[in-house]
Amino acid sequence: MTTMTVGTPVDKKRLGQTPLERQEGRFRRSLKRHSTPYLLGLVGIVWLLLLFVIPLISGLAVSLMTGNPEQGYTLTWNWSVYYDVFFNSGVSYGLFLWRALWYAAAATLVTIIIGFPMAYFIAFRVSQRWKNALLLLVALSFFVSFVIRTDMWAFVLSDQGPVLTVLRDLHLAGKDFHILGTSAAVIGGMAYNDLAFMVLPLYVALERIDPRLIEASADLYGNKTRTFTRVVLPLTRSGLFAGILLVFIDSAGDPVNASLLGGTHTYVIGQAIQDAYLTNQQYNVAAALSTVLMIVLGIILFVYARIAGTDNIEDLV
Amino acid sequence: MSAALGTEPVTTAQLVSEPIGERRGRKRPLLPIIYWVVIAITMVPILVMIIYSFNNTPTNRITFQWHGFTTYWYENLTQVQGLGGSFLVSIEIAVLAAVISIAIGVPLAMSLERYRFALRGPLNAVVFANIAAPSIVVGAASLSFFLSSSVPLGYLTILLVHVTFCIAYVVVVVRARLSGMGTVLEQAAGDLGANPFTAFWKVTFPMLIPAMFAGAALALAMSIDDYVITSFVAGPTVTFPLFVYGAAKVGLPPQVLCFGTIVFVVALLIALLNGAVTRRGGAKS
Amino acid sequence: MTPSPDPSLWRGLTQQRISRRTMLKGVLGGVGVAALGSTLAGCSIPGSLGSQNEVKVDWTKFWSDQKPTTKLNFANWPLYIDQDKGKYPSLQAFTKKTGIAVNYQPVIQNNAPFYATVSPLLRAHEDTGYDIVVMTNGWELTEMISNGFVIELDHSKLPNFAKYGAANVKNPPYDPANKHSVVWQTGFTGIAYNTKLITREINSLQDLLDPAFKGHVGMMNDNTELGSLGLLATGVEPTKSTPADWQKAAAWLTKQRDSGQVAGYYDQSYIDKLSNGDTWITQAWSGDVFQAIAGGNKHLKFVIPQEGVMLWHDNMMIPMQAQNPLSALSWMNFYYTPEIAGMVADYVNYVCPVPGARDYILHELRDPVVANSPLVFPNEATDEKLHNFYVFKNYDDYEEWNKVFNPVIQS
Repeated sequence: MTTMTVGTPVDKKRLGQTPLERQEGRFRRSLKRHSTPYLLGLVGIVWLLLLFVIPLISGLAVSLMTGNPEQGYTLTWNWSVYYDVFFNSGVSYGLFLWRALWYAAAATLVTIIIGFPMAYFIAFRVSQRWKNALLLLVALSFFVSFVIRTDMWAFVLSDQGPVLTVLRDLHLAGKDFHILGTSAAVIGGMAYNDLAFMVLPLYVALERIDPRLIEASADLYGNKTRTFTRVVLPLTRSGLFAGILLVFIDSAGDPVNASLLGGTHTYVIGQAIQDAYLTNQQYNVAAALSTVLMIVLGIILFVYARIAGTDNIEDLV
Repeated sequence: MSAALGTEPVTTAQLVSEPIGERRGRKRPLLPIIYWVVIAITMVPILVMIIYSFNNTPTNRITFQWHGFTTYWYENLTQVQGLGGSFLVSIEIAVLAAVISIAIGVPLAMSLERYRFALRGPLNAVVFANIAAPSIVVGAASLSFFLSSSVPLGYLTILLVHVTFCIAYVVVVVRARLSGMGTVLEQAAGDLGANPFTAFWKVTFPMLIPAMFAGAALALAMSIDDYVITSFVAGPTVTFPLFVYGAAKVGLPPQVLCFGTIVFVVALLIALLNGAVTRRGGAKS
Repeated sequence: MTPSPDPSLWRGLTQQRISRRTMLKGVLGGVGVAALGSTLAGCSIPGSLGSQNEVKVDWTKFWSDQKPTTKLNFANWPLYIDQDKGKYPSLQAFTKKTGIAVNYQPVIQNNAPFYATVSPLLRAHEDTGYDIVVMTNGWELTEMISNGFVIELDHSKLPNFAKYGAANVKNPPYDPANKHSVVWQTGFTGIAYNTKLITREINSLQDLLDPAFKGHVGMMNDNTELGSLGLLATGVEPTKSTPADWQKAAAWLTKQRDSGQVAGYYDQSYIDKLSNGDTWITQAWSGDVFQAIAGGNKHLKFVIPQEGVMLWHDNMMIPMQAQNPLSALSWMNFYYTPEIAGMVADYVNYVCPVPGARDYILHELRDPVVANSPLVFPNEATDEKLHNFYVFKNYDDYEEWNKVFNPVIQS
């Protein structure tokens, strides 16, 4: 890109220039070279700054405001809000945050347990021409609106719905048994909605593995378990990392699964943020909760990236 | 997810392994069983949606009892006030967001992929954060921003926010393509006397078209399906996911399932068509 | 500090592998962000109080300046108007008579979230996109009126309201002289249950605690409704209640929740949960239950518990900056006739604000069940059981209520 002047007619022109002009030309070129990426990215940079970076900061600013919907909110640098929401508000926001994190962790685990064999199957057991079709099947649920497909689960799993009716008729479930309204339903919904986020990166990582490595391991008397743990698993680390990242973060903030599939004692931080903002107009509380969620996820991500030993997390997305 | 879209599978390695794979597959059916059982489960809500969109319910809400087959709901798609309108709003916003985010995201991806400059690191981080940040945080932060700068919420704020998260997806998809292409062809064009603009227009741009389509498709899909972020910045504007979420509370009208089914079928057809075209293209070359 | 499992891990976590240059960049970036942050320091979010009051509007002039339009944007609650296979006969009659096309949007799920949606627009003097909104007498409605968020009605254009309106919807305490609102429907909050799943007689709020219904009780997530039920259940008259009573009511509700009784706290979705059997017994609005029964769910039943029911009024109002205020007024006037109010009442089964509609329902629509229902046209016997909501004195009072009852719902 930047070496384009070499061997082009520009060189000939340069011969007739005075040293000063040449100097100036170089300066101009260098300016041009340095400004090109900014000019190219100008609109994007401004857009992301204005509508992504500044909003994140103003989220922080709003959390430090005090007031109420009637009087309005003014910025008073009220840092104690971060203490108050967790220990003084009467609402157990700490519990909701903790619950969201463990739901997300459980959902991530479920997607790994289910998704790994699926990705492995597509990568190693299927002939080339069917791979895309099988991957498409995994992603097929994305073709249905997120809210509709989640609500369809609520429809199917409700107490008088087909699943429970059949289970009760077979005496596999008692009259008191429900699925909806339980933590399991919420975690299941999260895992269902995000399964493809796990399978696809895992598949990409598995696909890159040279099968000869597996054969080599077998030749070197590695049994199946050892081949899997010593060869396959380490080589899928990047895919696993990307999958965990996508599923965990998406589930941790999600309010929809908990509100459509949950009941009492399944309230999560995402719902708390929505309710504080969109029902109670407690803007400062909502902003504080959202900032805390962002920071907690950031810390988890950072620590995890360090432990997983990935230097450049951007490459994974 | 985006990594999967941007990467073509390495083929030579698998060709070697196939005989082994198939032999193993016959011996051990566990993996295919897991795969097909899970796929069957993920199909449940889709099938229920399609089947119940044809149920002749006496009320205007979905019920479990089967009251016979009807296409009445398809013939009266727009009868539920607000549903058709919200669907149009969603389509409009998705198309606009895809087009605008392509226009902004492609040059941004070029600058990030092809140049080293001081802001590159922070910009990379911002793009990454934009994708990684949970929707709820992005939505809440955007609402904080609009409230404290007194921007009225509505159609415009939805569009602005959708473009913002779509840019990141476009950048990721286009960058993957750009880094795969290398700069050899552009340099060759330069050697043959093309100025950088011509080199871009005649060489780079045509090669980017598939990635632009992929990026636009991803942006469109993300925008049309977004509930969480939109719920914060929508004000009184109702998009399709917002309508469905609201309607879900009193029982969905069957027409919602019809819209869902239509979108599903159209998306599936496009995916199959795309697959067929890619396969034929692959066969030719 | 716990002993670290592996020193190298902690080193990796704590020691950055970054050069001085990146460090410098980081610091510069941080300073930039801080600078940006401090420019935000001046910013604030305006409150709703008095934001539209400052401008004194000459309402006579306002109304005489209005020109008729052919559109009406009507925001209402779901299942709150007569329907026939997805069409709205009463609105169609209106369109036929006046030529005004109605864009009917059942977008209001609850008072608080709807108010939170429109109030930023209203305090910024923006059009909400609605010409009529329907809100319950309560904190949000009082806010709408006292903040000047709604247009004062021109009663000279509402002759039917004066002529046909019931005495109890005229001059209500929350809006003296109906300056800003006219009632859409009145209703009761009691309990409803599924007679297929519960065979015994239900007549008390204490039945919501019956262990036989464990995990199958539905409650409302509107904290005014939920708190008021708690107050009735603990034997307190809501209008005379004190924060100490609220605590007791919240304790009753928390006990109910923690003993595993409650399936969930629902907004509009409670009726769907009841009709599909997810909940067997639920806190319920009278009309919803009758509509569900009329829609084929014959096994549902609404009861007035012995502790009493809450009485509420949902009111039509015209938000400021509405585009079609004359259309809104003409709908209000059109609605207040025995025919139209009768058509709506016959379908929604709430208390009809037009007593004359009873004859219309009885003789024209030939629906004696609705016409003779004490829940649509109440008699003295039900009057004794009716309670009004507690009236909040100020925002702090309201916040206190929220602080007591929100933790019950958010669990």
